[in-house]
Amino acid sequence: MISTVNGWLVGVVVLQVSVLAVLAPLLVGLMRTVRCRLEGRQGPPVRQTWRDLRKLLLKQRTQPEHSSLFFAVAPVVLVATTLVVVAFVPIVATRTVFGGGADLFTVVFLLLFGSVALALAALDTGTPFGGMGSSRLMAIVALAEPALLVAILALAATVHSSSLTTIVVGSLHHPMWLATPQHLLALGAFVIVILAESGRMPVDNPATHLELTMIHEALMLEYSGADLALVVFGESLRLTVLLALLSNLFFPWGIATSLSAASLAVATLSVVAKVVALAVCVAVGEVTVAKLRLFRVPELLAGAFVLAVLAVLSALVIA
Amino acid sequence: MSSEAIRYRRGPSWDCAIVNQWLAVVAVLGFVGALAVASAPARYRARGVAVIVIVTSLCALTVAIQVLHTGHVARLVTSRVLPITGASLRLDSLGALFVAITAVVAIATAIFSLGYAAKHPMTRTFASAFCVFVTAMLLVPTAWSVTSFLFAWELMALASLALVLTDYRRGDTVRSAALWYAVLTQVGAGAIGFGLVLLAVKTGSQGFTTMASHAPSTSPWLRSTVFLLVLTGFASKAGVVPLHVWLPKAHAEAPSAVSALMSAAMVNLGVYGILRVGDTLLGGGPPWWWISVIVLGVVSAIYGSIHAATSTDLKRLLAYSTTDNIGLIMIAIGTAGLLTSTGHPIYAALALFAAMLHLVNHAVFKGSLFLSAGSIQFATGTRDLDRLGGLFRRMPVASTIFALGTIAITALPPLCGFVSEWLLLQSLLHGLSSTTTVSVVLMPLCVAALALTGGLTAAAFVKAFGVGTLGIARSTEADLAVEPPWSMNVGAGALATLCVLFGVAPLVVVSAIDRAVSALQLIGAPEVVRHGEALAINGAHGLFDPTLIAVALVVSVVVVVGARALLSQRLAVRRAPVWGSGRETQTARMTYTATSFAEPLQRVFDDVLRPSHDLDVSHRGESRYFVESIRFATRSADAFERMLYQPVIDIVRALARRTRLLQNGSVHRYLAYGLGALVVIMMFAR
Repeated sequence: MISTVNGWLVGVVVLQVSVLAVLAPLLVGLMRTVRCRLEGRQGPPVRQTWRDLRKLLLKQRTQPEHSSLFFAVAPVVLVATTLVVVAFVPIVATRTVFGGGADLFTVVFLLLFGSVALALAALDTGTPFGGMGSSRLMAIVALAEPALLVAILALAATVHSSSLTTIVVGSLHHPMWLATPQHLLALGAFVIVILAESGRMPVDNPATHLELTMIHEALMLEYSGADLALVVFGESLRLTVLLALLSNLFFPWGIATSLSAASLAVATLSVVAKVVALAVCVAVGEVTVAKLRLFRVPELLAGAFVLAVLAVLSALVIA
Repeated sequence: MSSEAIRYRRGPSWDCAIVNQWLAVVAVLGFVGALAVASAPARYRARGVAVIVIVTSLCALTVAIQVLHTGHVARLVTSRVLPITGASLRLDSLGALFVAITAVVAIATAIFSLGYAAKHPMTRTFASAFCVFVTAMLLVPTAWSVTSFLFAWELMALASLALVLTDYRRGDTVRSAALWYAVLTQVGAGAIGFGLVLLAVKTGSQGFTTMASHAPSTSPWLRSTVFLLVLTGFASKAGVVPLHVWLPKAHAEAPSAVSALMSAAMVNLGVYGILRVGDTLLGGGPPWWWISVIVLGVVSAIYGSIHAATSTDLKRLLAYSTTDNIGLIMIAIGTAGLLTSTGHPIYAALALFAAMLHLVNHAVFKGSLFLSAGSIQFATGTRDLDRLGGLFRRMPVASTIFALGTIAITALPPLCGFVSEWLLLQSLLHGLSSTTTVSVVLMPLCVAALALTGGLTAAAFVKAFGVGTLGIARSTEADLAVEPPWSMNVGAGALATLCVLFGVAPLVVVSAIDRAVSALQLIGAPEVVRHGEALAINGAHGLFDPTLIAVALVVSVVVVVGARALLSQRLAVRRAPVWGSGRETQTARMTYTATSFAEPLQRVFDDVLRPSHDLDVSHRGESRYFVESIRFATRSADAFERMLYQPVIDIVRALARRTRLLQNGSVHRYLAYGLGALVVIMMFAR
């Protein structure tokens, strides 16, 4: 299974899981602060999100009276699948201990598992809000997933492999690849899909509690205590790993190709810097755009899909 | 060694070995058993059917596994049955894979039927048709001559038709479904028969071996005609758009055990037919053959998944999802054919391997899902998702089985659907490397179809499982549901267990599929997937370890649960009423139904679905502003049914009306017809 269990490689996994786990809530806090500052408000401190999580852990868990096992299981599934993704993908080093897991399609389906679990749990509450959130989430996932898969194929077509390590190493060796039309088109599709999948503007407003427009808030409305902490943490971790993936796929510089302590330290710092930069970009973007009407979202995702198909086409034509 | 020998005797055959006789045992057991259960008293009938089907299937499974394991070929030629031509049976590893799939599904459905019969007693017709249906399906992949094949094929069609008609007393929908099925399956059988007979006449033999060796020397026109004819026939059996219209009707109206058999075993034989005739008999063909297969697959996959995502009838949803999955398999088969003709045999083998693995996985998860739907229908009496809900707490075992099927079909790791979905994606990825003009246009289309299907399937099955079994019960029937008899859960659960097994450890089926794929001459590479530590694709980059993913998921769940226990001081859960926006009570009428769940997607795909809405608002007498009642009905009929079949039906009706002029009931006129006919005959027959 694990061909050569190298102590260093295991260390890399522990490193990237812990770095991203610590970073994830801070990143969401940072995005909130950036938005507040741009809107002329003070905003909470960045570490407020960690404080909120600690507070939630002290509160009681409640479960809706008609719900079943699924409601309790979903938060665990959400965090567990996301953690597996964090452990599998090359974030700080191109070599990973799980050769057979660092595959882009695997990542997509693991993340899909988390969405499906949340959607089912929301239906399990038996409330109109749960159903609404679930229905909207699945409609968005159903249209975002194709765009994501096709965009991945466009990237994979260049190196004839969907292995993340191969893609990242390939673009490290051939930096000019990153300027080809297929990469730029795929980047566009990726960005739209990541915004949609992690419930950011212009698809969903993470700060809203307005019943008619919310998607992600509606899904987690009935959670409380440790379960809510897991859901909030899981969603922030998912956003962070998606941004880390984006940065390594399209801006791979800094990632460690050897396993020395120095290069790992540089790689960790560079990935944190890249993710923070991307998060700030997203936050700035969120302030400048308005949220789309729900029934205009499919058009945005269809746009992402067309970008991705064009990326595949240009990959083939250029080849 | 003749070319024929090279092509068809990959492995030695057992001469006079006991394995050959087992083929006869399967046939005799099945048919004699069918007679026996028909004459058995009612209370032993269900058990009789179970015993006959299980024993027959186990015999067939034994032969199939032997063939798959050793690569030998089982043969049986006898002149004692089927007058004039005799029967010719031959089981190679491609056929053995289909026999094995059918046998496993048949065993599970037979166990399921035991419990089902407790509430819905088996009629004589059902009992014997069930045995005949299973036996005929086991014989189709073994038939090695045109007459044997057509005999088994027709027997399968007729037996399944009788089974679809089981509940004919329930209403017109059953009869209409059976009529659609009968027409399309007979048109298909006619096309297959015509194509095979044409080839047999031109090659001078009806044995498959001789036909295959003479076919390459026939004219390309003939071969293309034959291929198009059999493609039409087999596509109608496989439920490929636009010949799929019988599928959602027949699958929905048939008893669930029959739907499971049809969807998990019978439609596969359409795929088998395309491979057997396109590859073995005709020896492959020009790229446009495979392009047409790909186009059919793309249309089926997209159309099926859109309908599945918006259906509210559980079994109709499952039927459309069958069309969708068969579409994916057709895409992969077409890609394999195309890649062979452009000189990429290794990638072609990969595509075919992915197609076969998906076929196996589809059989286990769709079989399990249809049986779960049967359990739900058994417990509640309805398959309308809008009237279900809250079943998970009332029937936990059956719902868990349904959940496993859902996870598998949604292609979520670590269950089986994910493995084949991954391989399908890989085969398309490597298909991209063949750079002909055609593939540059087609491959992105296939990729888009596969990707769109994946997302829509997730939405469809979150709806099916979530609305169907979670939340609040939406009707008294759902409220009163209890766990079905153990045998139904065992039948459905057995297939669900296979979903887990094939997902966590796919290596158990890999070598069998490798063997089946290598029986096709399209393929150059003997082994597609390197065995050993992980699924690694031969000759291509791609490494994937489903076992590792499963282990990682389990470890991760343990870590998360452990961390939660460690960090949180208050783990006890309080049951509390939900937030109702200030209202005091929540009723089931306020929750989302399947219709409302699918509404956003229905809106997106309005142009494809073209639903019709009826809205009746009646007002109170005093003022228009006070509404008394609102009735809203929405219906999305199959667009192909309306646009393609309705005109044909209208034309046939009009013709029938014309011919009715000849028959006005007057005896004098009929006598005049007789006289006229006699005169004509005497004029010409000298």
